[in-house]
Amino acid sequence: MKVRIKSHWPPGHIRTPAYLRGKIGQIERRIGLFNNPEETAYRQTGPQRELVRVRFRMADIWGARAERGEDVIEAEIYAHWLEPV
Amino acid sequence: MVLTSAAGLMTTDSLRRVLEDMGAEAYETMTYYERWIASIAQNMVEAGAVTSDELGAKMAEVRARGATYGAAS
Amino acid sequence: MPHDHHDHDHDHSHEGLSPSGHPYRADNDTELSYWQVMEIALRELLIEKGHLTAAQIHAQINAMDSRSPANGARVVARAWVDPEFKAALLADAGAASRAMGFDIGPMHLIALENTEEVHNVVVCTLCSCYPRNLLGLPPDWYKSRAYRSRTVIEPRKVLSEFGLTLPEHMQVRVHDSTADMRYIVLPAQPEGSFGLTEEELAAWVTRDSMIGVGLPQAPQ
Repeated sequence: MKVRIKSHWPPGHIRTPAYLRGKIGQIERRIGLFNNPEETAYRQTGPQRELVRVRFRMADIWGARAERGEDVIEAEIYAHWLEPV
Repeated sequence: MVLTSAAGLMTTDSLRRVLEDMGAEAYETMTYYERWIASIAQNMVEAGAVTSDELGAKMAEVRARGATYGAAS
Repeated sequence: MPHDHHDHDHDHSHEGLSPSGHPYRADNDTELSYWQVMEIALRELLIEKGHLTAAQIHAQINAMDSRSPANGARVVARAWVDPEFKAALLADAGAASRAMGFDIGPMHLIALENTEEVHNVVVCTLCSCYPRNLLGLPPDWYKSRAYRSRTVIEPRKVLSEFGLTLPEHMQVRVHDSTADMRYIVLPAQPEGSFGLTEEELAAWVTRDSMIGVGLPQAPQ
């Protein structure tokens, strides 16, 4: 399933890498519910959030600069950082 | 770090958050382990496990024991 | 870059214990630093106030000291000789490692299989996430800003600097360890090693091959 990483830039402890924000990828697998580091970094305990592995083509992240367009990056992204494409 | 997390005093995430907030200069001037000590210390103060006052007093006591790590332990 | 010691954190003139339990070597001649004073003070205060005990600290250090790449090498070697174990490892690497008797605590582990078409490499761009509970401490270069930033931009160049050049037909998959999962690369079994016992094979599995910056090789 195609997803885009939100191009949000809030302050705080964020585990969504900057280089992936705004980029489009495919869900590789859903991993389940985990504590939200954005909250636990400040000793807050909210509801757990769904974690998803997303696969990105190098071409879709780096464009013409990619060494090889079909190489990929896979990263764990929290579902609240994903939006449909 | 593992023990202070288990004691509920901090988490890996709060360790990382404090490390991030230290900024680039800390990365340039401090070693990996020094940054960890600084982060754990701040986390312990935030958690209320120790106060800055207590730490300051204890650090002065440790220093007074001797000039080397062996003497101060 | 593979020999980047920018962090100086393997300068063994540090004494005593690190917060992560990594044992420093004793050196009574070095002048006590501000951070060493803080470390001693913090540890003693936490024990005095009952948040930690000295016994807990020693037990944790012993547990951490027992973790090394040799553990991962044994897991990989078993996967090479036992297809059922390999399948179990790829389905749930944490469960498979525990079944072998390794105490990996709460770690969530994913094994990434290298094939003739795919080469996997692991990085943590945000900090230095690494499967410590199985492999022990990561190497200095893994924690360097150079490795952390370049591996997601130009992995093939980075790998070539480690001596590993991959053919164009292979796909490189870079795994950025951003959350709770930890990764171990399951390298392909090398030619020349077939027919060896599991114990002999473990000696072929290098730490770097389980990170993905190298290939397994005959022991020196």
